[in-house]
Amino acid sequence: MATFDAGVKDYAVTYWDPDYEPADTDLLACFKVVAQEGVPREEAAAAVAAESSTGTWTTVWTDLLTDLDHYKGRAYRIEPVPGDDTAFYAFIAYPLDLFEEGSVVNVITSLAGNVFGFKAVRSLRLEDIRFPLAYVLTCGGPPNGMIVERDKLDKYGRPLLGATIKPKLGLSAKNYGRAVYEVLRGGNDFTKDDENINSQPFMRWRDRFSFVAEAVKQAQAETGEIKGHYLNVTAGTVEEMFKRAEFAKELDMPIIMHDFLTAGFTANTSLANWCRDNGMLLHIHRALHAVLDRNPFHGIHFRVLTKMLRLSGGDHLHSGTVVGKLEGAREATLGWIDLMRESYVPEDRSRGIFFDQDFGPMPGMFPVASGGIHVWHIPALVTIFGDDSVLQFGGGTLGHPWGNAAGATANRVAVEACVRARNEGVAIEANARDVLMDAAQDSPELAIALETWKEIKFEFDVVDKLDVS
Amino acid sequence: MSIQHYPGRRDDPAYRRFGTFSYLPPLTREQMLKQVQYALARDWTCSVEHVEPERSMDTYWYMWKLPFFGETNAEAVMAEVDECSGLYPGDFVRLVAYDRLRQTQGMSFVAHRP
Repeated sequence: MATFDAGVKDYAVTYWDPDYEPADTDLLACFKVVAQEGVPREEAAAAVAAESSTGTWTTVWTDLLTDLDHYKGRAYRIEPVPGDDTAFYAFIAYPLDLFEEGSVVNVITSLAGNVFGFKAVRSLRLEDIRFPLAYVLTCGGPPNGMIVERDKLDKYGRPLLGATIKPKLGLSAKNYGRAVYEVLRGGNDFTKDDENINSQPFMRWRDRFSFVAEAVKQAQAETGEIKGHYLNVTAGTVEEMFKRAEFAKELDMPIIMHDFLTAGFTANTSLANWCRDNGMLLHIHRALHAVLDRNPFHGIHFRVLTKMLRLSGGDHLHSGTVVGKLEGAREATLGWIDLMRESYVPEDRSRGIFFDQDFGPMPGMFPVASGGIHVWHIPALVTIFGDDSVLQFGGGTLGHPWGNAAGATANRVAVEACVRARNEGVAIEANARDVLMDAAQDSPELAIALETWKEIKFEFDVVDKLDVS
Repeated sequence: MSIQHYPGRRDDPAYRRFGTFSYLPPLTREQMLKQVQYALARDWTCSVEHVEPERSMDTYWYMWKLPFFGETNAEAVMAEVDECSGLYPGDFVRLVAYDRLRQTQGMSFVAHRP
């Protein structure tokens, strides 16, 4: 019979369990931990398990009213971090009933809650989560998914093309609609509100939506292709968010946009459910992500944010480009774009994937490559991302010397030329120059784009590298 | 170089675009054959569809016969494209490749324009 023994015990006594075999239904997490000086690794790992599940700093008599062996998280493995002896990986298993069904909010509140400020660890990074299939299936997931989106857009066998309208702030609604119209008639599938655009005094959301809707419809009639503009419904309150979403639907627009981290997972999940109910595509932007995910020793890795967003719901998610102006190494990016698109992603440390992840029948999302990319990057982008992606050129479309329509055409010609050559068996990344110059023979728009951006590169070292030996 | 005008006409089907490769010069027969070979190598099933220009934005075009289940010869697929285009020279004709495993089309491009 257990008796109450008040006081402070080592966490490892209760929460370190190296013999534990994780169950298929357990939620597993891998943390990168830097412990305070003098704290043994097992104790630090156990402390993380305790503070992110049932534990607190002292024993309490109410522990004895429940079956802690059933509810507690367990640190079941520690591993060294290759090439770094200050940090180690702690693997922790959490029983399924610690978490509310269908609520990534609840999961992240536990796993990335108080524990991140815990004094016994110097720094902590949530590297990966294995969501058990039993939990995945309680979540709504992408409102449409890639397969349905392609059917709605009637676009197959190539990456989709997007463009963020610039300047990102300061255009009037009517001038903004003009910029949208020009890009879409030139051959883009999508244009996008910049994330900073919500409903500022110079361009209120209702005016923007109305002018953009006309631009979308005119470009469709002119080209015979289906077009969309990601109407950003991110707002200061959820009531306002839904009001904007409803108006987009009233205008018969196919797609809206949301910033899932600044607005929060609760708002995002509700909006994804609304999109599922209303047949609306949902483009997800990721402002704030680099605050959380760029420091290699503290925060939440983007692969975790990716999995959570897929469960919360979105049809597109920004992924980085590898080659453009924003951070993201190639192998790591390939890892998280798998997590967006695939039904099953096996553990692969060379891509930073710590666990097998089964999404079952949950649809996949399009990764969106956006940020400082231009026409010269297209052969590499098509190789890295494949057909199931949205390649998004803002400056790389609108900065074209002949304007937006010609800029869109240049990119569209380049994408189609790359797909055609790839299908014919050409190694397009290695032969990028030949493929593009060849296509430019028949496209003056592409020829001048290639000339304009021939020297532009973003070759900085990656800050967050994969930990590989 | 001076700025080049980007033309458009709502009333002229020549300005309509349909999907992949519609911004490239029309594919030659040899080029189309290679695309069909790419599809067949992935175990996709080719199919041909056609439609009058005025209803080309509709989702469902007329299906030519049935998808060519089990057909592994790219020349035979192209012969179907030719037969359909020959019979409906004033229509758009597209080649579609069904990816049965992913329940989507792996490829779709216009093979003949009016």
